[in-house]
Order: sequence, then C-alpha cells, then structure tokens
Amino acid sequence: MSEIIKNGVIHEDDWTVVRLADGEDAATAELPAGRVIVPLAVWLARREALGAQAEAGVLGVWLAGTEDPAALADDLLRLQLIAVDFPKFADGRGYSIATLLRARHGYGGELRAVGEVLRDQFFFLTRCGFDALQPAAGRYTPEQLKIALESFRDFAEPYQGAVDRAEPLFRRLARKVAA
Amino acid sequence: MYQYDEYDQRIVDERVAQFRDQTQRYLAGELGEDEYRPLRLQNGLYIQRYAPMLRIAVPYGNLRAEQVRMLGHIARTYDRGYGHFTTRQNMQFNWPKLEDVPEILAQLATVQMHAIQTSGNCIRNVTSDPFAGVAADEEIDPRPWCEIVRQWSTFHPEFAFLPRKFKIAVNGAKEDRAVIQVHDIGLDLKRNAEGKIGFRVLVGGGLGRTPIIGEEISSFVPWQDILSYCEAILRVYNLNGRRDNAYKARIKILVKALGIDAFRSQVEAEFAHLKDGPATLTAEEVHRVADHFVDPSYETLPASDAGYTAQLAANKAFAAWARRNVRAHKQPGYASVVLSLKKPGIAPGDITADQLDSVAALADAFSFGEVRVTHEQNLVLADVRQSDLFAAWEGARKAGLATPNIGLLTDIIACPGGDFCALANAKSIPIANAIQARFDDLDYLHDIGEIEINISGCMNACGHHHVGHIGVLGVDKNGQEWYQVSIGGDQGNDTSLGKVIGPSFAADEMPDVVSSLVQTYTTNRHDDERFIDTVRRVGAEPFKTQVYADREERKQAHV
Ligand code: HEM
Ligand code: SF4
Repeated sequence: MSEIIKNGVIHEDDWTVVRLADGEDAATAELPAGRVIVPLAVWLARREALGAQAEAGVLGVWLAGTEDPAALADDLLRLQLIAVDFPKFADGRGYSIATLLRARHGYGGELRAVGEVLRDQFFFLTRCGFDALQPAAGRYTPEQLKIALESFRDFAEPYQGAVDRAEPLFRRLARKVAA
Repeated sequence: MYQYDEYDQRIVDERVAQFRDQTQRYLAGELGEDEYRPLRLQNGLYIQRYAPMLRIAVPYGNLRAEQVRMLGHIARTYDRGYGHFTTRQNMQFNWPKLEDVPEILAQLATVQMHAIQTSGNCIRNVTSDPFAGVAADEEIDPRPWCEIVRQWSTFHPEFAFLPRKFKIAVNGAKEDRAVIQVHDIGLDLKRNAEGKIGFRVLVGGGLGRTPIIGEEISSFVPWQDILSYCEAILRVYNLNGRRDNAYKARIKILVKALGIDAFRSQVEAEFAHLKDGPATLTAEEVHRVADHFVDPSYETLPASDAGYTAQLAANKAFAAWARRNVRAHKQPGYASVVLSLKKPGIAPGDITADQLDSVAALADAFSFGEVRVTHEQNLVLADVRQSDLFAAWEGARKAGLATPNIGLLTDIIACPGGDFCALANAKSIPIANAIQARFDDLDYLHDIGEIEINISGCMNACGHHHVGHIGVLGVDKNGQEWYQVSIGGDQGNDTSLGKVIGPSFAADEMPDVVSSLVQTYTTNRHDDERFIDTVRRVGAEPFKTQVYADREERKQAHV
C-alpha cells in the first residue's frame, strides 16, 4: 500500500501500475492480481476481455506522453481510472494530455498522475484536471506528504483558465478598469 | 506603464513564498539537485562559472524609476555593485548568493518585479519594441498586448514544462524593433482591410545552434482569438516537440520537420476547439490593460524647440550626441533619448548601482519616471521634452551614459561569454572592448555610419551574432579561443542570417578583421549606403578577399 493524494486528501492506495518489460507482448502479458492500471497497449489489445474489470472499477489504463488520448475516446464512460505517466517530472506532455481528456473528451472519472510526480507540480497538475496524484513510491515520507498538501494553495487566483477553472481571471472577477 | 492590482501583486508575493520554500527544501536536502534545477531555472536562477546568476524579468523592457532604484539597491547589497542588461531586455546579476535569492525576490516584489519565467523550459518573459507608444512609425501600441500575453503565460499550468524554452515577441510599428522573425512566436500587430485589429503570426524562428527565420502561420488572427491561437500552437508543440535531444527540441525544429503547412493544419485543428472558448479576450479586459498605457500628460509644444536648436549649433559634443542618441518622437516638442551602455572598455550592457540611481533620477526629472531597456542592451528615456535634452545630456554625461555611439560600430551587442558563462567557448567582452578601442575616433565612427556588431561566446547565440551585420562567434579549437566571423546578418524587417566569411581568427586579430571589413565597405559604398546594404549589393566576396589578404600581409610583415 502506498499513499496518494486524491482530491486534496491523503489516501491509502492499492492500485498497481503495470509496466511492460522490453519485448513483452501487450496481448499476452500476465497481469498481477488486484487493482491494476495497465498500459494503453494492453487495453487496446484486450478491450473485450478486460472491459468488465474496467467497469467494475478494478482496472484502469495509463497513457504515456507519446500517446494520444483520443485512442480512449470510445471508452471514457467505461473507464473509472485513467492515469498519465510522467517519466521525468520535467516532461510536460502529461499536462496537455490531461487537459485534452477533461476539456476535449469530457472524461469524468479519476485522472491520476503517476511516475515522477513531485509536490512542486501539484498545483499545475490539479489545474490541468488531475484529481489523483501519486508520487513515486518512497519519494515522500507520510509527514512530508502531509506538508506537501500546502502546495495546492501556492497561488490563489491564477491568471489564465485551465481545466479546474476554465474562466481566466478577467472573466472570473471584475478587475477594475483604471479611471 | 502597467501597475499591478491586488491580483497581480498577490501572484508575485505567492511566488516569493513558494520559491523561498523550494530553496529551503533544497538547502535542507529534501529536494534533489535535479529536482531543484528546473524550479530555480523557472525563476531565472542559473548556476554559473563563479556564482549563481539571477535573471530578473523586465517585461517588454519597461521599468519605472523606483524599480531602477531597486535594481541599484540589489546590485549594491547582494552583488558586486553592478548588473547587466541582456538582449532579451532583462537584468542579470552575476554574483548573488543562492541563500540570498529568496530575499532579493521579496524585495523586488515590493516594486512589482520578479524573476518569473526568465529561464527554463517555459514561456519566457515577453519582449517588444523599446520605443512602443512613442515611435512615429507605430501603428498599434504593443504594450497592452505584451501585458496580456504576460499574464496569460505566467504560471500557465499546461506549458510550464515544455520541451524547450519558448520566446514570444510583439511588434506594432512599421519597422520591427522586436526581432519577431527570430522568436518562437512573433506577433505583428496590424489592422485588416476592415480596420479591425489582429496579429500576423510568425512561428518557428530562433537563433542558437540552428538559426531559422520564422514563417507565417497566419496572416491575421483577430485580437479576440490571440490567446486561444497561441494556446493551440503551444499545445501542438508541447505534445509533438522533440524531447530526446535538447538541441532539436525547439519549435523551429518541429515546424521545419513537418513543414509550415502541415504544422499549420495541426494548429488550426486545435484552434477550432478553442475558438470562442473562455480564453477569448474581452473588450473590457483589453481596455483595462490598455488604460495603463495611455500617453503621459504631454504638454502642447512647438514641433521644434528654439533653445534646443541653439544648443545644437553652439555645442559640438552635444550635437554629436543628439545626432546618434536622440530619436524623433510622435509628440511635437518631445524626443526619445538612448542612454548608451556601450562606453568603450565597459562590458556591453553593464551598469553600476550608481548609474542605475542616476538613470532613475534622469527618468524622474525628464521622462515621467519611466525607462525602457533595448534589445541592443541600452536604456531609453522615451518622453523627453526637447527643451530638456541639454540638461538630460549633461546628467547622462556625468553618469557616463552619454557615449554618442547608438547604432554605430562601438554599440556592440555582446553576451557575457567566457568571463561569466559556464557554456562559453570563448570570451566576448574583451573582443568587444578591443574593437571599441580600435575605433576610438568619433569622427571616423560617425563617418562609418550605422553598423551592428554582435558577439556570442558560443553557438547558443545569446549575443545574436547571426543577425549582426558583422557577427562574431566564439569557437573552441583544440582548447583555444577562436572567433568565426560572419557578415550580412540583419535584424528588423529584412531579418537575415549572416554568412561565415572563412576560417576563424585569433582574439588579437579581431580589431584588424573589423578594420578590413570596414575598409572594404568604405571603398565600395555608394553615398549614404549602410554597411549591410553594401554587403547585400556587392556580395560577401570582396569582403572575404580583403580580410584574408590583409591577414596574409600582416603575417608576412611579422616574419
Ligand atoms: C550567463 C549565463 C547564460 C547562459 C547559461 C545562457 C544559456 C543559453 C543557452 C543554453 C541558449 C541556447 C538555447 C537554444 O536556442 O537552444 C541561449 C540562447 C540565448 N540566450 Fe542565453 N545564456 C546566458 C546569458 C544570456 C545573456 C546575458 C543574454 C543576453 C545578452 C542571453 C540571451 C539569449 C538569447 C537572445 C538567446 C538566443 C535564443 C534564440 O532566440 O534562439 N543569454 N542561452
Ligand atoms: S552565447 Fe554562449 S557564451 Fe554567450 S552567454 Fe550564451 S551560452 Fe554563454
């Protein structure tokens, strides 16, 4: 069990992110027991077989930075968890992928950031539509994670719109026109 | 000038708190070196040759006197008494202590300044025309649009970790003084046939290792859509830009790889989803921002001041300065003054704390308390009454800021090079100084006329050598510092990239090389023809031939 942050609150979490080994076949790779987040390739290869698990909320799908979220467009109502992988925390493709899933495709289930997830990203990740943040195992002590929750409040009124608040500051609030 | 409201101020204050915490966690070992790096870079903090380097944002080059004084205070208190203005209109300090940076930022925040996004792989500080609002050839004032772009891009959550840095420049005059053709996005303000305001959008320009001139992606994006359009460009880039190789990660490489037409289709497809969405600008917001940039309370004055004319006739030194450093103004009886940071022997762009104070005082006395930073690393007092020019000159002279060389050969652009920069192949500053020393005769300098020399210490091109009429690039040959020379580069409407003239030179040859180039020019030029125009007319050949022939002759003379 590891700890993740969901909707700003720390939770115990038992999902396993499945990563294929080099050369492993998505169609046949063995999946561990319990709740799993599988690579997109696995899902696309075994959609029929895995569909019921997804609908039951015990199977999610993760996307790599190179993968187009449109590949899941037909599955968004069935999937209760989609994750986006951050292979390095400075690899920012996941922000655009999350934005597209939420704002373009209307995905409403859990959207989880996995991989190299740092507290210094929490604010940006949340703004782009992630509601679940899973730092790499062991990255933070429970105490540090608790303190990390403060990062959500780094900026109270950001300028531009994003997934969490679609309207930019100039539409949210009446900023005074100078006399 | 733009004044923060409570929301702007709060964001900057929150940033100070956030960065203070990040730095504390780094110093406590809780945040690793690799983790801290991108965070500090997005706050303009490099680790350089001698010390950290802090780059402070001067959005589109606009400063108020109190801000200039604050920069002076920081130079004096936390640095070695001077700072450096860059080609991106920012200020750099070369010697701050890492532990002091949060406090420096806190002090900057008290005068509405910060170091947000002055480095790192995010949307950088937006740049523009230093004569915005006062230039006679201006069609639309770019400053409000710069400020709108600044706000939109500040902590944009989707674009904080791009494949590479991203630079946006805005121009609104007939003459492009923002070098928009060598930016990731260049925005050219214009009116369409119906008189509506919008932007011609260029994309994929940039210098560095692979210099490329931007291409037109749209001939007209209505102003309401400009943020959505930029968002579409950024999203396509964020998702598709290369991340495997830092040298190939800029948008220019993506645009070239796809071709502008395919790139445009992707952007248009993205934009179709965003158009008329919440990012669409409102007239209220544009007015709110534009109201910060109304003209100062100009007096009604005759087009030309009699006292000024008399002083010009009476004082040769003043006249020489006025000829180079004073620019025409849209408002009768006013002028813009360029304060030269190119005094021979000083690193181009360097300014001392005392000089910063003098600049603030001059701005308060003569220019409504405002100062601009130019891309050429000089400063501008934009709104000086002609009747005050003499007093402004005397003040500038006392401060060592009245070198009458704007646009001339000694007004050299140079990056900090090997004296400060850890990436350098060679020094830049001593080369600039040696050239300045060679051309110390003012009459000759004026006779040579407009010529731009740009020097970079390595191919990152911070000194914009590709777009210098004469470009000088520091290269490493077997561990020694050499200099490659190009000619024919230009910035502005006819932006072009210079061509290398041949094998590179040793440092001590550089003044001779420039002399040979100038010689060739003066023997070939037509009346009133600028260096660059002669190069364009006669081609590079005569220049090359002369430079290497002279070099051969010098060698013979030495044996
Ligand atoms: C001393 C510390 C500095 C470092 C470490 C540094 C680093 C870099 C690097 C790595 C690039 C290449 C980016 C690329 O195009 O791939 C670059 C480009 C550039 N830098 Fe700097 N730089 C420094 C100082 C400066 C200064 C002092 C200036 C202005 C005088 C400056 C202005 C620029 C400009 C204009 C470019 C060209 C980028 C383009 O348009 O393509 N930098 N710098
Ligand atoms: S051009 Fe090279 S040497 Fe000069 S500042 Fe940039 S990175 Fe440093």
